[in-house]
Amino acid sequence: MKTAQTVHRKSLGRRIISSWQLYVLLLPALAYFAVFRYAPLYGIQIAFRNYMPRSGIWGSEWIGLDNFERFFNGFNFVSLLSNTITLAVLQLVANFPIPIILALVMNYIKNQRFKRATQLIVYAPYFISTVVLVGMLNIFFSLDGLVNQFIQIFGGEPILFLNMESMFRPMYVLSDVWQTMGWNSIIYLAALSGVSPELHEAAIVDGANKFQRVFHIDIPHILPTVVIMLILNVGMIMSLGFEKAYLMQNDLNLGKSEIIATYVYKVGIQQAQYGFSTAVDIFNSVINLILLLSVNKISNKISGSSLW
Amino acid sequence: MAKKKSEFGSEIFADKIFDIINWIIVLFVLLVICYPLYFIFIASFSDPDMVTNGEVLFFPRGISLRSYERTFQYADIWSGYLNSLINTFLGTIISVSATIAAAYALSRKEMPGCGLFMKLITFTMFFSGGLIPTYLIVKGLGLYNTRAVLLLISAVSAYNLIIARSFMIANVPEELHEAATLDGCDEFKFFFKVAVPISKALLSVMILLYAVAQWNSYFNALVYISDRKLYPLQVILRELLIQTESTAGRVAGDAASQAEMRKLANMLKYSVIIVSSVPLLIAYSFVQKYFEKGMMIGAIKG
Repeated sequence: MKTAQTVHRKSLGRRIISSWQLYVLLLPALAYFAVFRYAPLYGIQIAFRNYMPRSGIWGSEWIGLDNFERFFNGFNFVSLLSNTITLAVLQLVANFPIPIILALVMNYIKNQRFKRATQLIVYAPYFISTVVLVGMLNIFFSLDGLVNQFIQIFGGEPILFLNMESMFRPMYVLSDVWQTMGWNSIIYLAALSGVSPELHEAAIVDGANKFQRVFHIDIPHILPTVVIMLILNVGMIMSLGFEKAYLMQNDLNLGKSEIIATYVYKVGIQQAQYGFSTAVDIFNSVINLILLLSVNKISNKISGSSLW
Repeated sequence: MAKKKSEFGSEIFADKIFDIINWIIVLFVLLVICYPLYFIFIASFSDPDMVTNGEVLFFPRGISLRSYERTFQYADIWSGYLNSLINTFLGTIISVSATIAAAYALSRKEMPGCGLFMKLITFTMFFSGGLIPTYLIVKGLGLYNTRAVLLLISAVSAYNLIIARSFMIANVPEELHEAATLDGCDEFKFFFKVAVPISKALLSVMILLYAVAQWNSYFNALVYISDRKLYPLQVILRELLIQTESTAGRVAGDAASQAEMRKLANMLKYSVIIVSSVPLLIAYSFVQKYFEKGMMIGAIKG
């Protein structure tokens, strides 16, 4: 390797050769993406085949869109789709604004040590595993659990939260807010730390109160970050976590808790309907991708911010 | 900002209201986050019967270490714990080295193909082959039911890699690289001797993120592991914390053994949560000071 300038004058071939050490550093990660991320893309075609493990991917009969048709005409298509979308939208509505508010609030804590302590505490639930989180939900919301104990202290009747279909969504979404609001506020706090103190000082001189400063200085400053995060969140809307819904499922709340991701797992891994399960999975991914691209485009037109 | 206030006379009335609302929100959030965690903690030291009867709300009662004793006697927890420790240790080494090395290579934009590689990697964040094609690859490679699959299947996170690359671009000065190259330093040497030492904050955040993900992961074991001896802690925890609850209502042939399991779970549930969280707490307290520094770069780049 020579200096950067001479590198650019070299031919492509020489540049590739002179960068060989960089390629070596890149290789392990690249190999990972090739094997575990790109190779499966090749396997997507089993969604269009009547896949038989014995005949392999190429040997299996090509059946076109049969698997997709079967899914669209299935008795549970509507409920799966609406369960997935409802849960995802509720999740977004609750989970997106709260970290922003939390960041704005934490930004106005004057005492630095108390601020640090608060941050330390609000980030902590993010590190709890999904299994433990759902375990905690079971503990707190069971018939003899803490929530019902408080309900009884205040003279109410105990409620069977865990077995009620209508309680699945609120518990899912609120526990998610509880777990991730602190962590998700980091990004906005970081953006807020970039607000120049002179702006605030000037506003104070002009007699602006804190409400006005929040709305006219802080919020406009973090708006680009908010837009980017919104695009990302909407773009990931259909990739709802399998884990939590699956762990929270029981026979009694299945009507609301069966989402596409859990269905793919059950049909694919437990019942070994490989082709069909993959078709359902692809349907989900494609909707997700279309959503992401459109939101990105819309935001690019309206605000000029986009992911790429 | 706030410190300047005294210089500008007395606080405005609106500001007082603002502060009050601010305090209410902060205290409410702290209470909502702390109380459940605190409750698990005190319940783990209390008499299980008193917990069930609602006698333990704010302070531990009937203090005993009985449930911890039973936790340590429960063999599955030990094997799960050991598996999780091994997986987390090895998995984090693999993930962090692959990520940091790739992040450095991709931060050197003069490397031909850099832009293409970035696009290929970003694409995987938004579209994947899905569960079954990945499952078939794992089976085809002979990785099914091995420890290796748990270490490799999520080895590199595209998101982490992008954060790491942005950090490298922002924190490893181009001039330093040029100067080092003039002195005859090659890329390997520069990476190990300069780029890695400069990126300590990044390294600690990456170690934490990968270690926590591995320690907490349960889905991969559910799909790819059938041998009980390889079960990580989270799968065992699921049996204890969740499956005992959801099967409770069913009428089963072995009702007696189920009742027995439920009783055991009832006793252990608080202490296993505490025991399973200890490594996380330790890691968290070590790394927390680097959070903002490490995460901020990711924030700017989105």
